[in-house]
Amino acid sequence: MNEMVKMVVVLTVLASVAGGVLAAVNQGTAIQIEAQQLQFVKGPAINKLLEGASNNPIDDRFKITAGETERSFFVGKFDGKPNKIAFEEFGKGYGGDLGVMVAFDIESDKLAGAAVTVHSETPGLGANAKEKPDLVSQFEGLPVTDSVNVTKDGGRINAISGATITSRAVTQAVTKAMNVYQDIKPQLQQEIQKFGK
Amino acid sequence: MPKTIVQEFTKGLWEELPPFRLVLGLCPVLGVTTTMENGLGMGIATTFVLFGSNLLVSLLRNIIPQKVRIACFIIIIASFVTIVELLMQAYAYPLYLKLGVFIPLIVVNCIVLGRAEAFAYKNKLSYSMADGLGIGIGFTLSLGALGAVRELLGNGSVTIWGDTSYNLMSVFPSFQPFEFMVQAPGAFVCLGLMLCVINAVGD
Repeated sequence: MNEMVKMVVVLTVLASVAGGVLAAVNQGTAIQIEAQQLQFVKGPAINKLLEGASNNPIDDRFKITAGETERSFFVGKFDGKPNKIAFEEFGKGYGGDLGVMVAFDIESDKLAGAAVTVHSETPGLGANAKEKPDLVSQFEGLPVTDSVNVTKDGGRINAISGATITSRAVTQAVTKAMNVYQDIKPQLQQEIQKFGK
Repeated sequence: MPKTIVQEFTKGLWEELPPFRLVLGLCPVLGVTTTMENGLGMGIATTFVLFGSNLLVSLLRNIIPQKVRIACFIIIIASFVTIVELLMQAYAYPLYLKLGVFIPLIVVNCIVLGRAEAFAYKNKLSYSMADGLGIGIGFTLSLGALGAVRELLGNGSVTIWGDTSYNLMSVFPSFQPFEFMVQAPGAFVCLGLMLCVINAVGD
């Protein structure tokens, strides 16, 4: 019995201490990690989507908490007005979470483009979602009220051959982004005005 | 025969060189050594985990009950791996992107658990630290060497860190990259050939 108690105590204490240390490290590195992600992952996607913006979308960002998640929104100015906005959503890919940066034109309520940020898909198959524009370019110009699905599921997005799960993950992420956009559009419009100087 | 601390350290560099002498921990050895930089980065991450887990396991070896020792080791190892993953994300993001899933997989690297179970749980702190460091450095050098050979033959270059790379094709313009070497089967062949050389030299 005594040994039993000792085992439970040691394991519990060890696990709690480990949890505490990890929470501290997580907190300590969070800011630095965010900066690195902006530079290496989100940055290239944002610059591609909001190419030609007169401002720097990575600097002109704000955060909104909707539901339980806090999202970063990146503002792009075109023709002197802040009229495009981009943010990241995730879908369930073949190798884990797949991130898609989705840009919206806030005046016409249309998708301005999509680009894959992070993924762990198979090189040569699913990874083409990021390497090649064939899949993501299909989203450009669609109205936000549209439903996006791969053709296999009755939609009109042509999936990457051999990578249906990856393609679904992308459509899933875009759909989520479209829903979020429609849900919080008033808030977005309000925030975006602050960049209109 | 009891060994000295120095011997515990140096055995990891040759006698018990993990991938080549013990033929352990081959998953990352084969998976990430497409370039020298990837190999070295993976090796350094593993060294950190090995050193940390050996240190803690040895320190707690009188407290950890025999029956739940593996569970305790896993908690310790998994914590260090998560720390490495976070640190790498924070300070070496491009490398983190390249190594990807292999970083969390250090948890199941049998070298790490093997050293905790076979060495650190039974030996003094100083010896365990020397052992962890030695095996780790041996692992790093092995991965670096395998990565260098594969990258050199497969891509004609050697990347040591970031943009510091040496290109064979600028010296020998007629060199044709042997792409097979940077693909998965090439990893087996290359590892096998290196094992062969090392066994021939070692005996």
